[in-house]
Amino acid sequence: MKRVVITGQGTINALGADVAATKRAMAEGRCGIGELEMRDLDRLAVRIGGQIKDYDPEALFNRQQISLYDRFTQLTLIAAREAIAQAGLEFHGDLAARSGVVLGTSGGGMQTLDENYRTVYEDGKNRVHPFVVPKLMNNAAASHVSMEFNLKGPSFTVATACASSNHAMGQAFNMIRSGMCGVVVTGGSESMLCFGGMKAWEGLRVMSKDGCRPFSATRNGMVQGEGAAVFVFEDYENARARGAEILAEVVGFAMTSDAADIVMPSKQGAARAIAGALSDAGMNREEVGYINAHGTGTAANDKVECAAVADVFGPHADDLMISSTKSMHGHLIGGTGAVELLACIMALTDGVIAPTINYEEPDPECALDVVPNVARDAHVGAVLSNAFAFGGLNAVLALRAAP
Amino acid sequence: MGSSDGMADSIKDKVIAIIAEQAVLEVEDVRPAATLADLGIDSLGVVESIFAIEEAFDIQVPFNANEPENSAFDISNVASIIAAVEGLVAEQS
Repeated sequence: MKRVVITGQGTINALGADVAATKRAMAEGRCGIGELEMRDLDRLAVRIGGQIKDYDPEALFNRQQISLYDRFTQLTLIAAREAIAQAGLEFHGDLAARSGVVLGTSGGGMQTLDENYRTVYEDGKNRVHPFVVPKLMNNAAASHVSMEFNLKGPSFTVATACASSNHAMGQAFNMIRSGMCGVVVTGGSESMLCFGGMKAWEGLRVMSKDGCRPFSATRNGMVQGEGAAVFVFEDYENARARGAEILAEVVGFAMTSDAADIVMPSKQGAARAIAGALSDAGMNREEVGYINAHGTGTAANDKVECAAVADVFGPHADDLMISSTKSMHGHLIGGTGAVELLACIMALTDGVIAPTINYEEPDPECALDVVPNVARDAHVGAVLSNAFAFGGLNAVLALRAAP
Repeated sequence: MGSSDGMADSIKDKVIAIIAEQAVLEVEDVRPAATLADLGIDSLGVVESIFAIEEAFDIQVPFNANEPENSAFDISNVASIIAAVEGLVAEQS
Protein backbone atom coordinates (compact mmCIF):
# COMPACT_ATOMS: atom_id res chain seq x y z
CA MET A 1 0.00 0.00 0.00
CA LYS A 2 1.18 3.49 -0.86
CA ARG A 3 1.55 6.11 1.83
CA VAL A 4 -0.51 9.27 1.33
CA VAL A 5 0.59 12.79 2.25
CA ILE A 6 -0.89 16.28 2.01
CA THR A 7 1.26 18.71 0.02
CA GLY A 8 -1.12 21.64 -0.43
CA GLN A 9 -4.09 23.28 1.23
CA GLY A 10 -6.36 26.16 0.30
CA THR A 11 -9.55 27.72 1.59
CA ILE A 12 -12.02 30.54 1.65
CA ASN A 13 -14.59 30.69 4.43
CA ALA A 14 -16.09 33.11 6.91
CA LEU A 15 -12.83 33.24 8.88
CA GLY A 16 -10.58 34.20 5.99
CA ALA A 17 -9.92 34.26 2.26
CA ASP A 18 -6.94 31.89 2.49
CA VAL A 19 -5.27 29.38 4.80
CA ALA A 20 -3.06 31.91 6.60
CA ALA A 21 -6.01 34.16 7.49
CA THR A 22 -8.12 31.19 8.57
CA LYS A 23 -5.39 29.78 10.79
CA ARG A 24 -4.84 33.20 12.33
CA ALA A 25 -8.56 33.51 13.10
CA MET A 26 -8.68 30.00 14.57
CA ALA A 27 -5.62 30.70 16.72
CA GLU A 28 -7.21 33.93 17.95
CA GLY A 29 -10.55 32.23 18.57
CA ARG A 30 -12.30 34.73 16.37
CA CYS A 31 -15.94 34.31 15.39
CA GLY A 32 -16.86 34.53 11.72
CA ILE A 33 -20.58 34.22 12.41
CA GLY A 34 -22.70 37.34 12.11
CA GLU A 35 -25.84 38.86 10.67
CA LEU A 36 -26.56 37.46 7.21
CA GLU A 37 -26.71 39.71 4.19
CA MET A 38 -29.33 38.47 1.73
CA ARG A 39 -32.56 39.30 0.05
CA ASP A 40 -35.78 38.91 2.10
CA LEU A 41 -33.86 38.58 5.38
CA ASP A 42 -36.89 40.03 7.20
CA ARG A 43 -38.85 36.90 6.26
CA LEU A 44 -36.35 34.60 8.01
CA ALA A 45 -36.59 33.55 11.66
CA VAL A 46 -32.87 32.67 11.73
CA ARG A 47 -30.72 35.56 10.52
CA ILE A 48 -27.14 34.61 11.41
CA GLY A 49 -24.53 32.59 9.61
CA GLY A 50 -20.85 32.18 8.80
CA GLN A 51 -21.07 34.14 5.57
CA ILE A 52 -18.10 35.21 3.46
CA LYS A 53 -18.22 39.01 3.45
CA ASP A 54 -16.46 41.47 1.09
CA TYR A 55 -16.42 38.83 -1.62
CA ASP A 56 -15.53 40.15 -5.06
CA PRO A 57 -15.82 37.47 -7.76
CA GLU A 58 -14.92 39.97 -10.51
CA ALA A 59 -11.41 40.20 -9.08
CA LEU A 60 -10.91 36.44 -9.48
CA PHE A 61 -13.00 35.32 -12.44
CA ASN A 62 -13.79 36.73 -15.86
CA ARG A 63 -17.28 37.43 -17.14
CA GLN A 64 -17.70 34.06 -18.89
CA GLN A 65 -16.55 32.20 -15.81
CA ILE A 66 -18.93 34.07 -13.53
CA SER A 67 -21.86 33.28 -15.80
CA LEU A 68 -20.90 29.59 -15.64
CA TYR A 69 -19.82 29.18 -11.98
CA ASP A 70 -22.27 28.97 -9.09
CA ARG A 71 -20.84 30.42 -5.89
CA PHE A 72 -19.98 26.91 -4.57
CA THR A 73 -17.84 26.35 -7.69
CA GLN A 74 -16.17 29.75 -7.36
CA LEU A 75 -15.28 29.06 -3.73
CA THR A 76 -13.93 25.64 -4.68
CA LEU A 77 -11.71 27.05 -7.42
CA ILE A 78 -10.32 29.72 -5.10
CA ALA A 79 -9.36 27.04 -2.57
CA ALA A 80 -8.02 24.70 -5.27
CA ARG A 81 -5.79 27.41 -6.76
CA GLU A 82 -4.21 28.06 -3.38
CA ALA A 83 -3.72 24.36 -2.62
CA ILE A 84 -2.24 23.43 -5.98
CA ALA A 85 0.05 26.48 -5.99
CA GLN A 86 1.38 25.44 -2.60
CA ALA A 87 1.93 21.88 -3.77
CA GLY A 88 3.87 23.26 -6.75
CA LEU A 89 2.41 20.69 -9.11
CA GLU A 90 1.68 20.97 -12.80
CA PHE A 91 -0.28 18.21 -14.41
CA HIS A 92 0.92 16.86 -17.75
CA GLY A 93 1.24 13.48 -19.41
CA ASP A 94 1.21 10.45 -17.14
CA LEU A 95 0.78 12.47 -13.93
CA ALA A 96 -2.30 14.21 -15.39
CA ALA A 97 -3.75 10.84 -16.43
CA ARG A 98 -3.22 9.44 -12.93
CA SER A 99 -4.58 12.46 -11.04
CA GLY A 100 -8.18 13.29 -10.22
CA VAL A 101 -10.60 15.36 -8.17
CA VAL A 102 -12.93 14.09 -5.45
CA LEU A 103 -14.99 16.78 -3.75
CA GLY A 104 -17.83 16.85 -1.26
CA THR A 105 -20.90 19.03 -1.40
CA SER A 106 -24.43 18.58 -0.17
CA GLY A 107 -26.45 21.25 -1.93
CA GLY A 108 -24.30 21.85 -5.01
CA GLY A 109 -25.45 24.91 -6.92
CA MET A 110 -28.11 25.91 -4.41
CA GLN A 111 -27.77 29.65 -5.14
CA THR A 112 -28.43 28.95 -8.82
CA LEU A 113 -31.50 26.86 -7.96
CA ASP A 114 -32.80 29.53 -5.61
CA GLU A 115 -32.35 32.39 -8.09
CA ASN A 116 -33.91 30.53 -10.97
CA TYR A 117 -36.87 29.10 -9.07
CA ARG A 118 -37.55 32.70 -8.06
CA THR A 119 -37.36 33.73 -11.70
CA VAL A 120 -39.95 31.22 -12.89
CA TYR A 121 -42.21 30.91 -9.85
CA GLU A 122 -42.14 34.34 -8.21
CA ASP A 123 -41.31 36.63 -11.10
CA GLY A 124 -43.43 34.57 -13.48
CA LYS A 125 -40.84 34.54 -16.24
CA ASN A 126 -40.87 31.75 -18.78
CA ARG A 127 -37.19 31.79 -19.60
CA VAL A 128 -34.04 31.15 -17.54
CA HIS A 129 -30.38 31.62 -18.32
CA PRO A 130 -29.04 28.79 -20.54
CA PHE A 131 -26.37 27.72 -18.01
CA VAL A 132 -28.67 26.83 -15.13
CA VAL A 133 -28.07 23.08 -15.42
CA PRO A 134 -24.25 23.15 -15.75
CA LYS A 135 -24.12 25.67 -12.88
CA LEU A 136 -26.30 23.82 -10.41
CA MET A 137 -25.11 20.24 -10.91
CA ASN A 138 -23.33 18.83 -7.87
CA ASN A 139 -20.28 17.81 -9.89
CA ALA A 140 -19.79 21.29 -11.42
CA ALA A 141 -17.05 22.23 -8.95
CA ALA A 142 -15.13 18.97 -9.41
CA SER A 143 -15.38 19.27 -13.17
CA HIS A 144 -14.14 22.87 -13.25
CA VAL A 145 -11.18 21.95 -11.03
CA SER A 146 -10.34 19.09 -13.41
CA MET A 147 -10.53 21.50 -16.38
CA GLU A 148 -8.54 24.33 -14.81
CA PHE A 149 -5.70 22.03 -13.73
CA ASN A 150 -5.79 19.33 -16.43
CA LEU A 151 -6.63 16.49 -14.04
CA LYS A 152 -7.61 13.62 -16.32
CA GLY A 153 -8.00 10.68 -13.94
CA PRO A 154 -11.04 9.78 -11.80
CA SER A 155 -13.13 12.78 -10.79
CA PHE A 156 -16.47 12.78 -9.01
CA THR A 157 -18.54 14.39 -6.28
CA VAL A 158 -19.65 12.82 -3.05
CA ALA A 159 -22.90 13.91 -1.42
CA THR A 160 -23.45 12.58 2.08
CA ALA A 161 -24.86 15.71 3.73
CA CYS A 162 -22.61 16.87 6.59
CA ALA A 163 -20.08 14.09 5.99
CA SER A 164 -19.61 14.79 2.26
CA SER A 165 -16.09 16.23 2.53
CA ASN A 166 -14.84 13.51 4.87
CA HIS A 167 -16.27 10.83 2.60
CA ALA A 168 -14.64 12.58 -0.39
CA MET A 169 -11.25 12.82 1.31
CA GLY A 170 -11.54 9.20 2.42
CA GLN A 171 -12.05 8.19 -1.20
CA ALA A 172 -9.09 10.31 -2.29
CA PHE A 173 -6.94 8.69 0.40
CA ASN A 174 -7.85 5.16 -0.66
CA MET A 175 -7.45 5.93 -4.37
CA ILE A 176 -3.83 6.92 -3.77
CA ARG A 177 -3.19 4.23 -1.19
CA SER A 178 -4.33 1.55 -3.63
CA GLY A 179 -2.13 2.91 -6.43
CA MET A 180 -5.07 3.99 -8.60
CA CYS A 181 -3.97 7.64 -8.56
CA GLY A 182 -0.78 9.62 -8.03
CA VAL A 183 -2.47 12.83 -6.89
CA VAL A 184 -6.05 13.57 -5.89
CA VAL A 185 -7.31 17.11 -5.34
CA THR A 186 -9.91 16.74 -2.62
CA GLY A 187 -11.99 18.51 0.02
CA GLY A 188 -15.33 20.17 -0.47
CA SER A 189 -17.48 23.25 -0.53
CA GLU A 190 -20.95 24.52 0.25
CA SER A 191 -22.87 27.69 -0.37
CA MET A 192 -26.47 27.43 0.74
CA LEU A 193 -26.77 30.79 2.49
CA CYS A 194 -29.62 31.87 0.28
CA PHE A 195 -33.27 32.46 1.14
CA GLY A 196 -34.48 29.01 0.10
CA GLY A 197 -31.54 27.27 1.74
CA MET A 198 -32.09 29.05 5.04
CA LYS A 199 -35.87 28.50 4.92
CA ALA A 200 -35.38 24.78 4.44
CA TRP A 201 -33.12 24.57 7.49
CA GLU A 202 -35.40 26.77 9.56
CA GLY A 203 -38.16 24.23 9.03
CA LEU A 204 -36.28 21.53 10.89
CA ARG A 205 -36.14 23.68 14.06
CA VAL A 206 -32.54 22.80 14.88
CA MET A 207 -30.91 26.16 14.14
CA SER A 208 -29.81 28.69 16.72
CA LYS A 209 -30.94 32.28 16.36
CA ASP A 210 -28.13 33.65 18.48
CA GLY A 211 -24.90 31.66 18.08
CA CYS A 212 -23.09 28.34 17.83
CA ARG A 213 -22.03 27.10 21.28
CA PRO A 214 -20.85 23.49 20.89
CA PHE A 215 -20.55 21.39 24.07
CA SER A 216 -21.77 24.27 26.22
CA ALA A 217 -24.82 23.56 28.42
CA THR A 218 -26.28 26.73 26.89
CA ARG A 219 -26.10 25.50 23.28
CA ASN A 220 -29.31 25.77 21.32
CA GLY A 221 -28.57 24.66 17.80
CA MET A 222 -26.43 24.83 14.74
CA VAL A 223 -25.47 27.84 12.65
CA GLN A 224 -24.91 27.61 8.90
CA GLY A 225 -21.66 28.56 7.23
CA GLU A 226 -20.33 28.64 3.70
CA GLY A 227 -16.99 28.21 1.99
CA ALA A 228 -14.55 25.66 0.68
CA ALA A 229 -11.31 23.95 1.55
CA VAL A 230 -9.25 21.91 -0.90
CA PHE A 231 -6.18 19.74 -0.33
CA VAL A 232 -3.62 18.05 -2.51
CA PHE A 233 -3.33 14.39 -1.48
CA GLU A 234 -0.23 12.83 -3.01
CA ASP A 235 1.64 9.55 -3.11
CA TYR A 236 4.39 9.95 -0.48
CA GLU A 237 7.12 8.55 -2.71
CA ASN A 238 6.23 11.05 -5.41
CA ALA A 239 6.16 13.95 -2.95
CA ARG A 240 9.49 12.94 -1.44
CA ALA A 241 11.14 12.43 -4.81
CA ARG A 242 10.26 15.95 -5.91
CA GLY A 243 11.21 17.47 -2.57
CA ALA A 244 7.72 18.78 -1.81
CA GLU A 245 6.91 20.25 1.58
CA ILE A 246 4.73 17.70 3.36
CA LEU A 247 2.07 19.13 5.68
CA ALA A 248 0.80 15.88 7.16
CA GLU A 249 0.25 12.21 6.41
CA VAL A 250 -3.23 10.74 6.00
CA VAL A 251 -3.06 7.37 7.70
CA GLY A 252 -6.58 6.07 8.22
CA PHE A 253 -10.20 6.37 7.26
CA ALA A 254 -13.41 4.63 8.20
CA MET A 255 -17.07 5.06 7.38
CA THR A 256 -20.12 3.51 8.98
CA SER A 257 -23.88 3.78 8.73
CA ASP A 258 -26.21 3.95 11.72
CA ALA A 259 -29.01 2.28 9.76
CA ALA A 260 -31.34 3.77 12.35
CA ASP A 261 -32.76 7.28 12.01
CA ILE A 262 -32.72 9.94 9.28
CA VAL A 263 -31.79 12.78 11.65
CA MET A 264 -30.95 11.52 15.14
CA PRO A 265 -27.29 10.52 15.63
CA SER A 266 -26.21 7.17 17.05
CA LYS A 267 -23.43 6.68 19.58
CA GLN A 268 -22.69 3.20 18.23
CA GLY A 269 -22.43 4.36 14.61
CA ALA A 270 -20.10 7.21 15.53
CA ALA A 271 -17.99 5.01 17.81
CA ARG A 272 -17.61 2.35 15.12
CA ALA A 273 -16.35 4.99 12.67
CA ILE A 274 -13.84 6.42 15.16
CA ALA A 275 -12.57 2.98 16.15
CA GLY A 276 -12.48 1.98 12.49
CA ALA A 277 -10.28 4.93 11.54
CA LEU A 278 -7.84 4.09 14.35
CA SER A 279 -7.72 0.49 13.27
CA ASP A 280 -7.27 1.39 9.59
CA ALA A 281 -4.38 3.66 10.60
CA GLY A 282 -2.82 1.10 12.91
CA MET A 283 -2.96 3.82 15.55
CA ASN A 284 -3.02 3.29 19.30
CA ARG A 285 -5.71 5.23 21.12
CA GLU A 286 -3.07 6.89 23.30
CA GLU A 287 -1.42 8.35 20.22
CA VAL A 288 -4.35 10.68 19.45
CA GLY A 289 -3.77 14.15 20.88
CA TYR A 290 -6.56 16.07 19.20
CA ILE A 291 -9.95 15.41 17.64
CA ASN A 292 -11.70 17.97 15.50
CA ALA A 293 -15.26 17.23 16.53
CA HIS A 294 -18.33 17.20 14.39
CA GLY A 295 -19.61 19.43 17.26
CA THR A 296 -22.61 21.02 15.60
CA GLY A 297 -23.92 22.74 18.72
CA THR A 298 -27.19 20.82 18.67
CA ALA A 299 -28.39 19.19 21.87
CA ALA A 300 -28.30 15.73 20.32
CA ASN A 301 -25.02 15.70 18.35
CA ASP A 302 -22.69 16.99 21.02
CA LYS A 303 -23.73 14.63 23.78
CA VAL A 304 -23.79 11.60 21.48
CA GLU A 305 -20.37 12.50 20.04
CA CYS A 306 -18.82 12.91 23.50
CA ALA A 307 -20.28 9.58 24.58
CA ALA A 308 -18.86 7.90 21.47
CA VAL A 309 -15.40 9.39 22.09
CA ALA A 310 -15.53 8.31 25.74
CA ASP A 311 -16.51 4.80 24.67
CA VAL A 312 -13.72 4.42 22.14
CA PHE A 313 -10.91 6.06 24.11
CA GLY A 314 -11.71 4.95 27.65
CA PRO A 315 -9.51 6.78 30.18
CA HIS A 316 -7.52 8.44 27.36
CA ALA A 317 -10.68 10.44 26.46
CA ASP A 318 -9.85 12.67 29.43
CA ASP A 319 -6.31 13.32 28.18
CA LEU A 320 -7.01 14.25 24.58
CA MET A 321 -8.32 17.58 23.32
CA ILE A 322 -11.49 17.82 21.25
CA SER A 323 -12.78 21.07 19.82
CA SER A 324 -15.47 22.24 17.43
CA THR A 325 -14.33 24.96 15.06
CA LYS A 326 -17.93 25.25 13.83
CA SER A 327 -18.24 27.69 16.72
CA MET A 328 -16.15 30.05 14.57
CA HIS A 329 -16.88 29.25 10.90
CA GLY A 330 -20.35 27.76 11.24
CA HIS A 331 -21.53 24.48 9.79
CA LEU A 332 -20.51 24.27 6.14
CA ILE A 333 -22.65 21.13 5.65
CA GLY A 334 -21.04 19.29 2.71
CA GLY A 335 -17.89 21.42 2.96
CA THR A 336 -17.47 21.28 6.69
CA GLY A 337 -15.02 18.38 7.04
CA ALA A 338 -12.67 20.09 4.58
CA VAL A 339 -12.49 23.39 6.46
CA GLU A 340 -12.14 21.44 9.70
CA LEU A 341 -9.18 19.49 8.32
CA LEU A 342 -7.33 22.83 8.29
CA ALA A 343 -7.56 22.85 12.09
CA CYS A 344 -6.28 19.27 12.21
CA ILE A 345 -3.28 20.15 10.05
CA MET A 346 -2.64 23.31 12.09
CA ALA A 347 -2.45 21.14 15.21
CA LEU A 348 0.17 18.93 13.56
CA THR A 349 2.25 21.61 11.82
CA ASP A 350 1.97 24.60 14.15
CA GLY A 351 1.27 22.94 17.49
CA VAL A 352 -1.80 25.17 17.91
CA ILE A 353 -5.12 23.62 18.90
CA ALA A 354 -8.09 25.64 17.65
CA PRO A 355 -10.59 26.34 20.43
CA THR A 356 -14.31 25.81 20.84
CA ILE A 357 -15.43 29.40 21.22
CA ASN A 358 -18.68 30.68 22.78
CA TYR A 359 -18.23 28.10 25.54
CA GLU A 360 -20.25 29.35 28.50
CA GLU A 361 -21.19 26.57 30.87
CA PRO A 362 -20.11 22.93 31.29
CA ASP A 363 -22.55 20.22 30.28
CA PRO A 364 -22.09 17.01 32.28
CA GLU A 365 -22.95 15.08 29.12
CA CYS A 366 -20.01 16.72 27.29
CA ALA A 367 -17.38 16.35 30.00
CA LEU A 368 -14.27 16.29 27.80
CA ASP A 369 -11.46 18.82 27.28
CA VAL A 370 -13.16 20.89 24.59
CA VAL A 371 -10.40 23.55 24.54
CA PRO A 372 -12.85 26.22 25.67
CA ASN A 373 -12.63 29.70 24.14
CA VAL A 374 -8.85 30.03 23.89
CA ALA A 375 -6.48 28.22 21.53
CA ARG A 376 -3.82 26.09 23.16
CA ASP A 377 -0.20 25.37 22.32
CA ALA A 378 0.35 21.63 22.37
CA HIS A 379 2.51 19.10 20.64
CA VAL A 380 0.37 16.42 19.03
CA GLY A 381 1.52 13.66 16.71
CA ALA A 382 -1.83 12.28 15.60
CA VAL A 383 -5.31 13.69 15.12
CA LEU A 384 -8.79 12.62 14.04
CA SER A 385 -11.50 14.52 12.19
CA ASN A 386 -15.09 13.46 12.83
CA ALA A 387 -18.10 13.93 10.55
CA PHE A 388 -21.53 12.48 11.35
CA ALA A 389 -24.18 13.24 8.75
CA PHE A 390 -27.95 13.34 8.68
CA GLY A 391 -28.96 9.98 7.35
CA GLY A 392 -26.68 8.31 9.87
CA LEU A 393 -23.59 8.32 7.67
CA ASN A 394 -20.33 8.65 9.60
CA ALA A 395 -16.84 9.30 8.25
CA VAL A 396 -13.65 9.73 10.29
CA LEU A 397 -10.15 10.55 9.04
CA ALA A 398 -6.89 9.91 10.92
CA LEU A 399 -3.75 11.98 10.30
CA ARG A 400 -0.19 11.91 11.61
CA ALA A 401 2.53 14.54 11.51
CA ALA A 402 4.59 14.58 8.31
CA PRO A 403 7.00 11.63 8.12
CA MET B 1 -65.32 19.32 29.70
CA GLY B 2 -68.55 21.21 28.86
CA SER B 3 -66.80 24.41 27.80
CA SER B 4 -69.24 26.97 26.45
CA ASP B 5 -66.56 28.60 24.37
CA GLY B 6 -67.09 27.29 20.82
CA MET B 7 -63.89 28.91 19.54
CA ALA B 8 -61.79 27.15 22.18
CA ASP B 9 -63.52 23.86 21.44
CA SER B 10 -62.71 24.17 17.81
CA ILE B 11 -59.04 24.89 18.59
CA LYS B 12 -58.96 21.87 20.85
CA ASP B 13 -60.63 19.68 18.23
CA LYS B 14 -58.31 20.85 15.49
CA VAL B 15 -55.16 20.32 17.56
CA ILE B 16 -56.32 16.86 18.58
CA ALA B 17 -57.12 16.04 14.96
CA ILE B 18 -53.60 17.11 13.92
CA ILE B 19 -51.97 15.04 16.64
CA ALA B 20 -54.20 12.05 15.89
CA GLU B 21 -53.25 12.18 12.24
CA GLN B 22 -49.56 12.37 13.11
CA ALA B 23 -49.86 9.46 15.54
CA VAL B 24 -52.10 7.48 13.18
CA LEU B 25 -54.73 7.17 15.94
CA GLU B 26 -58.45 7.87 16.25
CA VAL B 27 -59.21 11.27 17.80
CA GLU B 28 -60.91 9.50 20.74
CA ASP B 29 -57.57 7.88 21.59
CA VAL B 30 -55.74 11.21 21.94
CA ARG B 31 -56.26 11.94 25.63
CA PRO B 32 -55.37 15.37 27.08
CA ALA B 33 -52.93 13.93 29.60
CA ALA B 34 -50.98 11.93 27.03
CA THR B 35 -47.46 13.02 26.09
CA LEU B 36 -46.47 12.98 22.45
CA ALA B 37 -44.05 10.15 23.26
CA ASP B 38 -46.98 8.18 24.77
CA LEU B 39 -48.71 8.53 21.41
CA GLY B 40 -45.65 7.24 19.59
CA ILE B 41 -44.67 10.62 18.09
CA ASP B 42 -40.87 10.96 17.75
CA SER B 43 -38.75 14.10 17.38
CA LEU B 44 -39.42 14.45 13.65
CA GLY B 45 -43.13 13.88 14.33
CA VAL B 46 -43.09 16.70 16.90
CA VAL B 47 -41.60 19.11 14.36
CA GLU B 48 -44.11 18.00 11.74
CA SER B 49 -47.04 18.42 14.15
CA ILE B 50 -45.91 21.94 15.02
CA PHE B 51 -45.68 22.77 11.33
CA ALA B 52 -49.23 21.47 10.82
CA ILE B 53 -50.46 23.57 13.77
CA GLU B 54 -48.79 26.69 12.35
CA GLU B 55 -50.42 26.10 8.99
CA ALA B 56 -53.86 25.33 10.46
CA PHE B 57 -54.01 28.43 12.69
CA ASP B 58 -51.72 30.75 10.70
CA ILE B 59 -49.51 31.32 13.75
CA GLN B 60 -45.76 31.21 14.49
CA VAL B 61 -44.93 28.62 17.13
CA PRO B 62 -41.74 29.44 19.02
CA PHE B 63 -40.14 26.01 19.21
CA ASN B 64 -36.50 24.94 19.06
CA ALA B 65 -35.94 21.17 19.00
CA ASN B 66 -32.65 21.68 20.85
CA GLU B 67 -34.31 23.01 23.96
CA PRO B 68 -37.98 21.99 24.03
CA GLU B 69 -38.04 22.59 27.77
CA ASN B 70 -36.98 26.22 27.29
CA SER B 71 -39.37 26.94 24.45
CA ALA B 72 -42.24 29.31 25.17
CA PHE B 73 -44.44 26.64 23.59
CA ASP B 74 -45.09 23.88 26.16
CA ILE B 75 -45.30 20.48 24.48
CA SER B 76 -45.26 18.36 27.63
CA ASN B 77 -48.65 16.84 26.82
CA VAL B 78 -51.70 17.21 24.59
CA ALA B 79 -53.47 19.54 27.03
CA SER B 80 -50.45 21.86 27.31
CA ILE B 81 -50.17 22.04 23.53
CA ILE B 82 -53.84 22.96 23.23
CA ALA B 83 -53.42 25.66 25.88
CA ALA B 84 -50.32 27.02 24.13
CA VAL B 85 -52.11 27.16 20.78
CA GLU B 86 -55.09 28.91 22.38
CA GLY B 87 -52.68 31.47 23.81
CA LEU B 88 -51.01 32.09 20.46
CA VAL B 89 -54.34 32.36 18.63
CA ALA B 90 -55.61 34.84 21.27
CA GLU B 91 -52.42 36.92 20.88
CA GLN B 92 -52.94 36.94 17.14
CA SER B 93 -56.47 38.35 17.28
